[in-house]
Amino acid sequence: MTNEKTTLSSLSDEQRTPLIKRLTGANTLWIGLVLLLLVAVFGAIRPDAIFQVTTLQFLLAETAVLLVLSVGMTFVIITSGIDLSVGSVLVFASVSSAMAMNSVSGGDATNAGWGVIAFGLLVAVVSGAVWGLLNGLLISRAKIPPLIVTLGSFGAAQGAALLLNNGSNVSGIPDKLNRTFGSGTWFGIPNIVIVAAIVTALGALLLSTTRFGRYTYAVGSNEEAARRVGISVRGHLTKVYLLAGTLAGLAGFMGNAFFRVAVVTGHETDNLNAIAAVVLGGTSIFGGTGSVLGTVFGVFIPAVLEKGLVIIGVKEFWQPIAVAIVLVAAVWLDQTRRRARNQR
Amino acid sequence: MSEPLLEARDLTKSYGTVEALRGASFTAHPGEVVSLIGDNGAGKSTLVKCLSGVEQPTSGTLLFEGKPLTLHSPNDARDRGIETVFQDLAVAPDLDPAANMFLGREILKSGPLGWLGVLDKKAMRRQAAEHFTRFGATLQSIDVPIAALSGGQRQSVAVARSVAWASKLVFMDEPTAALGVVQRERVLDVIKRVRDEGIAVVLISHNMPEVLSVSDRVEVLRLGRRVARFKAADTTVEELVGAMTGALSQEDVA
Repeated sequence: MTNEKTTLSSLSDEQRTPLIKRLTGANTLWIGLVLLLLVAVFGAIRPDAIFQVTTLQFLLAETAVLLVLSVGMTFVIITSGIDLSVGSVLVFASVSSAMAMNSVSGGDATNAGWGVIAFGLLVAVVSGAVWGLLNGLLISRAKIPPLIVTLGSFGAAQGAALLLNNGSNVSGIPDKLNRTFGSGTWFGIPNIVIVAAIVTALGALLLSTTRFGRYTYAVGSNEEAARRVGISVRGHLTKVYLLAGTLAGLAGFMGNAFFRVAVVTGHETDNLNAIAAVVLGGTSIFGGTGSVLGTVFGVFIPAVLEKGLVIIGVKEFWQPIAVAIVLVAAVWLDQTRRRARNQR
Repeated sequence: MSEPLLEARDLTKSYGTVEALRGASFTAHPGEVVSLIGDNGAGKSTLVKCLSGVEQPTSGTLLFEGKPLTLHSPNDARDRGIETVFQDLAVAPDLDPAANMFLGREILKSGPLGWLGVLDKKAMRRQAAEHFTRFGATLQSIDVPIAALSGGQRQSVAVARSVAWASKLVFMDEPTAALGVVQRERVLDVIKRVRDEGIAVVLISHNMPEVLSVSDRVEVLRLGRRVARFKAADTTVEELVGAMTGALSQEDVA
């Protein structure tokens, strides 16, 4: 073949798409710029209030729990699924972990030591994992649409959490836990934020560098193609929902540490916030594309909007409206891009 | 002639009351191109599905290199060096050509990172580039999603992926259907090159001149049975069409 040489050179590793072009072609960069722009605008209006250490610390700590939920949600949405149950699973894990810690400490774990705390972490993570596994099995084996399965577990996990302690919050969170992971800081960074950052980094590596991540994209991109090359699609979907549930369990434990109480209310819209963050971050609701880094930006955009609007004196009721507009615009853009691409 | 590589005897396949195959037979020898032709509904696609492990025949026997063979899944076929280019391509449109090529066969990094499942993307890109070059798939870039490629390039990727992994036999279900003239020639060229490496190619096509130009033999299916076998060199388009429509029959007719 005469064009063999040109073919080879055009495909060689050195001549891949240049880094700059790859970056500007990615949604993630633009979402990141939007976030930077928001910070810059609010910062320019009220630099004194925005760039205050306590403001930033609080912003980060409040967002840490949602970030952990959203990392799991990123995997789920890339498989073209959805998980509505994360907030309820968080509540269930939070309540069962707090009650477990209390029960091994004779009813009140306030002064409990590290052994009890580790047990509480285990209970939170395992109870989250069990809900995730249930979701995964129902979706992959029983072939029930994710929207319905997780709508079911959204209600069931919340109900089960209320049943556990008869509908009230659980107090008695160990002081040690709160002082270290809840309100403790490390060089000014809240420890809870460090935990969330580590989880996020591990999630990002799992998604972008491993076979697990590659299969997540493949299943979301074309399930039938994944099946034909011998990927166990059912097994993989189960693992992805298991991961989301496990992270929701961990998030429940982080919430316990931060709030010093296992709260049974206030997480009803966590699922929607996580989905919004993931989609804002450039992950396609149709599956196949997305990134954890984008999700990080997507988590912080609403959070910065909310804080910023309050600080510059705009009614905070504008925040959900602003987020809604950005969200719908993001999905619309994604859809137009896909349609243009698929017409080739 | 050499011993058949893959032989199917009296396969039947029913979907409920519909009989897609009614005692179909099929033979492929190593290093030859066999075309499987037949009118719509003759059972070509069903036969290929049964031979590539996607579906299990209701009855009948398969022989692979002379030994009985049962295929429970496409993986069983793949383990024996049998690959398929599906009519619908079956690629993941959001992944790049290299990722698609190695899908389900990823190369992991060596050492501890590999145990954690970390991919060696560089090695995969390099090997994929070599394969694509070898099978004449021209791509401007190896790291764009498949969906950003033209239909013909997508098809080239699907073809290159299958032939790269096939060590014994490749099924190609209408591999040239969506292609322009140049790319069609290139795919036919790939088919000949694969054959020259000693691998059997089973081509399904509706294009009779194409079938005659590339095949060594032609097998004709009609109403779920093999009704005729020809040497491509000794036959004509009229004869093939006659066999497909039932105007002419050679064998297997009850």
